[in-house]
Amino acid sequence: MSGLLRQFVNGIKMNSIVLPESGDGLSRTVLRPKKRRGISIHGLKVVSSMASVIPFLALIVVLLVLLSEALPAIKVNGWSFLTSTNWRPGGTYALPVKTAGVLHPQGSSFGVWPLIVGTIESSAIAIVIAVPVSIGAALIVVKKLPPFWSKGIGFFLETLAGIPSVVYGLWGTLTLGPILSRDFYPLIANHLPNAFPFRFFRGDVGHGEGLLTSGMVLAVMIIPIIAATARDLIRQVPSLTEEGGTALGMTDWESTRKIVLPWVSTGIVGASVLGLARALGETMAVAMISGSILGATPTNVYSTFSTIAASIVTQLDSALSDGTGFYVKTLAEAGLVLMLITLLTNIGARVLVKRVATTALPVGRGV
Amino acid sequence: MESPTETPSNPELGFEHLDKLIKGSDAPSTASRKTKAKLAWAVAYLTLLAIIFPAVLIVGHVTIQALPHFKLSVLTTPTEGLAGGLKNEILGTLTIVVGILILAGTIGMLSGLYLSNYAPPRSGNLLRSASELLAGIPSIVFGYVGYLALAVHFHWGFSLGAGLITLSIMVIPYIAKTTEVALRQVPSGYTEGGEALGLSEGYILRKISLKSALPGITTGLIVAIAIAIGETAPLLYTAGFSAGLPKLTITHSPLGYLTYAVWTFFNQPSKSAVQLSYDAAFLLILGVVFLIVLARVIVARTQRHSENS
Repeated sequence: MSGLLRQFVNGIKMNSIVLPESGDGLSRTVLRPKKRRGISIHGLKVVSSMASVIPFLALIVVLLVLLSEALPAIKVNGWSFLTSTNWRPGGTYALPVKTAGVLHPQGSSFGVWPLIVGTIESSAIAIVIAVPVSIGAALIVVKKLPPFWSKGIGFFLETLAGIPSVVYGLWGTLTLGPILSRDFYPLIANHLPNAFPFRFFRGDVGHGEGLLTSGMVLAVMIIPIIAATARDLIRQVPSLTEEGGTALGMTDWESTRKIVLPWVSTGIVGASVLGLARALGETMAVAMISGSILGATPTNVYSTFSTIAASIVTQLDSALSDGTGFYVKTLAEAGLVLMLITLLTNIGARVLVKRVATTALPVGRGV
Repeated sequence: MESPTETPSNPELGFEHLDKLIKGSDAPSTASRKTKAKLAWAVAYLTLLAIIFPAVLIVGHVTIQALPHFKLSVLTTPTEGLAGGLKNEILGTLTIVVGILILAGTIGMLSGLYLSNYAPPRSGNLLRSASELLAGIPSIVFGYVGYLALAVHFHWGFSLGAGLITLSIMVIPYIAKTTEVALRQVPSGYTEGGEALGLSEGYILRKISLKSALPGITTGLIVAIAIAIGETAPLLYTAGFSAGLPKLTITHSPLGYLTYAVWTFFNQPSKSAVQLSYDAAFLLILGVVFLIVLARVIVARTQRHSENS
């Protein structure tokens, strides 16, 4: 009998009832659980069903609040909000003007394009670094390391997943960025040829706050999500399939490359997209490392920039000083754009992962 | 001695010969395939560095910056302007943790229970997808909506209530998911055994299902605590900040928390402010490492149980 079951049986308070002798000279003892007031199962069902509706309601409320707040801004900013590179809050001291029935400061003009570019480019850098690293590390942990060491790597992964994003930001902006821009970035910037893909790596390297530093820190932040899922998926690959490869004379790398990886590829793509969604929505770390430049698209990988999420958190304070409330509404519109991007990414991931069992523990997201 | 020339005595040569026979002469030789395998694994080993290095660097950097100047008075004096200590932030973070455990813990566990035991398949799937989509929304969006809806529209102002509700909406999906998975993993033999003994449904739930699922549920709660400790964006415009000690009222009760100190003080010109930022980061890391170790101890204990069976 399992320890748990024994524990459970010992835990039940029993009343022993001695039955009357039945003629064979032996007294029989029957154990019955003590009667106590049980929880009303019906009540529990009702209460728990109400609780489980809350996330659903919250999703709707979040969408509705964002939409209703952003609606006036959508009217004024129009479609050019998505393509314009302006970010002008307008004159706070001049008399506000009305466009399409919405009051807004004179000369205000907003465009979210540079923020969309910044969001996507920083996340792209992160995913390009994080996916190969995560797959390599997961393979080593499952195939090569003895249990003690793979547990140790697991501890490192959990630490990375648990470090708050402000601490990542603190490290990125005060240590990693300055060191990279002093010792490492000039080497790349000065020695790469001035050809198409390398052009973005040339030019002014700045002071460490920028796209590449942010992308690297984001990569470190999403590695735990991808690596932990990849590790659990690789563990589930049936060993017989792999041994078949070995029997055919494959080296251990060939069987890994041609049998294990294809087996888990869908799941890894799904996990990567989840990591991507996390990077797209990351706020604090990027707000601290990006340099927070609004209204300009990055020119090279060292440029300062900002993302939608980071600009909401850095701009809300000054937005509150806009008497017409238009700036706050514009931020709601930006938030709506961000939410659409991440929701689409997430739905894409769910569709991809649907066929594969996901890990029980949602590692990541500031965990 | 017989001449060895008839059959190749070197097996490597033999395989080489076979390789060529099967695949043609331009196929990679066994030796080169082995080298390729070694190289590939070496590269894979290198990727481990990308995990170990940052973890060690971040924890090490914060520790080196915080520990030499760390004074115990930081724990006992509240923040005054850009100096002082972190007493109000520490108490604020603890208040938030307790609040999250009560609010999000109750709702999340009930929701997980419903999804695993009672929900009809179709509505269960709908609720599950909603919960998963909710978990994918960026935290700043929650903070922004919490600010608009609770702090402004309900006139709660920066308050404990607004912060707790916003943060709870964020972590409920995690608690619900872990609770659901933990309850599903209870072997059906356990509950059937209870039914066979004639135990009531409530008794089976309490003494069998919940008891065996407890480690999983606890792990989920620990994840939620870790999120509650580490999040900044949802709290900045809902819980606000206060240099005073946290008040335990729902509305108009702004409070401090550790991540606020890191975020606000890191780029201030004064040395004491940056020092406070590092001290807060150090305390946050200590908290996270404590939670990780706690979760491991719980998992290890339950594994010992299952190995006995």
